[in-house]
Amino acid sequence: MSNAIQPAGDHEVFEEPVPPMQQLLDNPFLLLFIGIAVPTVLYIVLGVMEIVAIPIAK
Amino acid sequence: MAVNRMFRTCPASGLVFHEPAENLMKANAVAAAVSLLVGGILAIGVTLTRWQAVHMLPPDSFYLFLTAHGLNMLVFWIIFFEMAILYFTSSTLLKCRLAAPGIGWVAFWMMVVGALMNNYAVFRGDSSVMFTAYAPMGAHPTFYLGLILFAVGALISCFVFFATLVVAKSEKTYNGSVPLVTFGAITAAIIAVFTIASGAIILVPTFLWSVGFIDHIDSLVYRTVFWAFGHSSQQINVSAHVAVWYAIAAIVFGAKPLSEKVSRTAFFLYICFLQLASAHHLLADPGLTSNWKIFNTSYAMYLAVLASMVHGLTVPGSIEVAQRQKGYTNGLFEWLRKAPWGNPAFSGMFLSLIGFGFLGGISGVMMGTEQLNLLIHNTLYVPGHFHATVVVGTTLAFMSLTYFLIPVLFRRQMMFAGMAPWQPYVFGLGMMGVSLFLMGAGTLGVPRRHWDIAFAGNPLPYEFPGSAWLMMALAGISSIFAFVGGAMYLAITVGSVFFGKKIETPGFKEISAQQGMVGRPQPAAAPADTTVIAGHQGGVGAGGMCMVAPGTFVLAIVFLVSFVLYYFINWKYLSTVWPLR
Repeated sequence: MSNAIQPAGDHEVFEEPVPPMQQLLDNPFLLLFIGIAVPTVLYIVLGVMEIVAIPIAK
Repeated sequence: MAVNRMFRTCPASGLVFHEPAENLMKANAVAAAVSLLVGGILAIGVTLTRWQAVHMLPPDSFYLFLTAHGLNMLVFWIIFFEMAILYFTSSTLLKCRLAAPGIGWVAFWMMVVGALMNNYAVFRGDSSVMFTAYAPMGAHPTFYLGLILFAVGALISCFVFFATLVVAKSEKTYNGSVPLVTFGAITAAIIAVFTIASGAIILVPTFLWSVGFIDHIDSLVYRTVFWAFGHSSQQINVSAHVAVWYAIAAIVFGAKPLSEKVSRTAFFLYICFLQLASAHHLLADPGLTSNWKIFNTSYAMYLAVLASMVHGLTVPGSIEVAQRQKGYTNGLFEWLRKAPWGNPAFSGMFLSLIGFGFLGGISGVMMGTEQLNLLIHNTLYVPGHFHATVVVGTTLAFMSLTYFLIPVLFRRQMMFAGMAPWQPYVFGLGMMGVSLFLMGAGTLGVPRRHWDIAFAGNPLPYEFPGSAWLMMALAGISSIFAFVGGAMYLAITVGSVFFGKKIETPGFKEISAQQGMVGRPQPAAAPADTTVIAGHQGGVGAGGMCMVAPGTFVLAIVFLVSFVLYYFINWKYLSTVWPLR
C-alpha cells in the first residue's frame, strides 16, 4: 500500500498505513480469539482426541 | 444511571486514578495479601514436615496444609493481585473510567466467597486432595464449588478489563497503541480467559460427580484438561510479572523498551504458545502420543521460551540504556553497580528477573524435554521449578510493585522504612535457596508429595542417599529465611496500608458515585502520555542491542552458556541412569 497524502493547508500531512502486524496487536479481541483457539485446538482438542481413541479394555 | 467520573491525579507519579477502579484495586490487593498470609503460615507446616530432622506434622495434617498452601498461594494470592493489576493497567494507565465497576464488585465478592468456601472445604479435613485434586480422588463438593465461583468471578473481572479497553478507545483517552505494560496485561487477561474456561470445563463435571449426578470422571481426561487450568494459571502470572518488570523499569529508571515491536511480538508468542507448556505435566502419562507431547512441550513451548528470553534481555537492556544516559558508562557493569539496590521496588524486580530466568526458565526447558523429564517427573524437582517461577518470579515481582503502590495507590507513607530495603533480599534469596535445594533433592529422586522420605514402617523401604537428606534440610532452612522475608513484606504492607501516615492529595475529595459527575476526560493529545510508565514510544531497536547495552549482552551470553551446559549435563545424567548396553 502506498502512503496516503492529504493536503492540509500550507503543508502536507503524511498518514502512514498501519502495518498488518500492528493492526493485529492493536486488536485485543482478535488476540483473545487467537489466544483461546490455538491452545484449545493444539492442547485440549488434540489431547482429548488421542485419549478417546484409546481402545477400551475388555 | 449516574456514571462516576471522579478522577484524582497522583502528585508524585502523575498517574490518574478513577475512584471506583482505585477502590477495586485496593480491595483485590488486600484480599491477595490475606491469601498470602494464610498460604505463608501453612508453608511453614509443609516445609518443617519435609525437613526430616523436624518432621513436624502427622500425615493427615501435612496433606491438609499442603492442599491449603497450594490453593492459597497458586490461585488466590496470585489471581487477586492480578485482578488489581488488570484494573491498574487499564483504567489508570489509559486514564479512563473503569467500565462497569458494579460488575467488578460482584466479581470480587464471588472470588472472595469462592476462596472462603474452598478454604472451608479444605480445613474441614475431608478435602486434602492437594491443588491438583486428581479424580477419582474426591473432595467435598464445596471444594469444587468454591473454585468454580472464584474462577467465574475472575473471568468476569477479565471482561470488565476488556470492556475498560473499549471505553478507553471510544473515549480516545490514548492515541495509537496501548502502552506496553497494558499490552502485557492484555496478554495475561487472554491467558486467564483460556485458563478459567478450561477450569470450568473440568471442574463443573467434577463438582457434579462429587454430588452424585455423574458416576465417572476419566482420570486421564481430567489430568489433561485440569492442567490447561492448573499450569496455564501460572502462565497468567508470567505475563503479569513481565508486565510488572517493564513497569518498574519505567518507574525507577524512566527506561523505555529497547524495541516496542520486539517486546510486543514476544507477548504475542505468549498468547499463542505459552499455555501449551501445560503438557509437560503429562509427559510420563500413557495414552497420549509422543507427537502431542513433543509438539506442545518442545516445538510450541520453545517459542514461548524465546519470548521469555526476549523479555529477560530487553528489560535489563532498557535499564542499562537509561543508566548509561545518566552517565554510568564506565566498563560493562557500572550501570548495574550504581543501580538503586536499596530501593525494594528495583531490587525485588531484578532478583525476580534473575531467579525466574536462571532457575525457573532453564529448569522449565529441561523439564519440558520428554526424555529428560523422566529423570525428575513427579519428584521434588517440580516444586523446586515452580517455586522459582511463581514465587521468585511472580510473587517477588508483585511484592516489588507494592512498594510503588503503597504511596501512589493507598496514599500512605511506608512503615518500617529501614526494613523494606532488606525484604526482597531475605525473601528472594531464601526462596532461591528453596528452589535450588528442592531441585537438587528432586534430581536425587526424592518424591514430590510423600510425607516421609524415610518410609518408616513401610514393607518395601527405600533408602535415599545422605545428600538427599541434606538437600531437604537446606531447603527447610532456606524456607525459614523466605518465611521471615514474607512476614517482613506483610508487616510493611499491612502496617503501611492500615497504620501508615496518610499522604494528602491536593484537591481530592471523596465524592459518591451519584454526585461525582464531572465532564468526560479530554481526548488525549498526541503523544498521549505524560508519565514514563504509560509511555509507549519506541526505543533503540533490538538490532543495536550489543552496541547500546553491552553489559546486558554479556549477561545474556552467561545465561545462554549456563542454559546449554545445564541442558547437556542432564542428557549426560540421563545416559548414566539409563545406560544403553
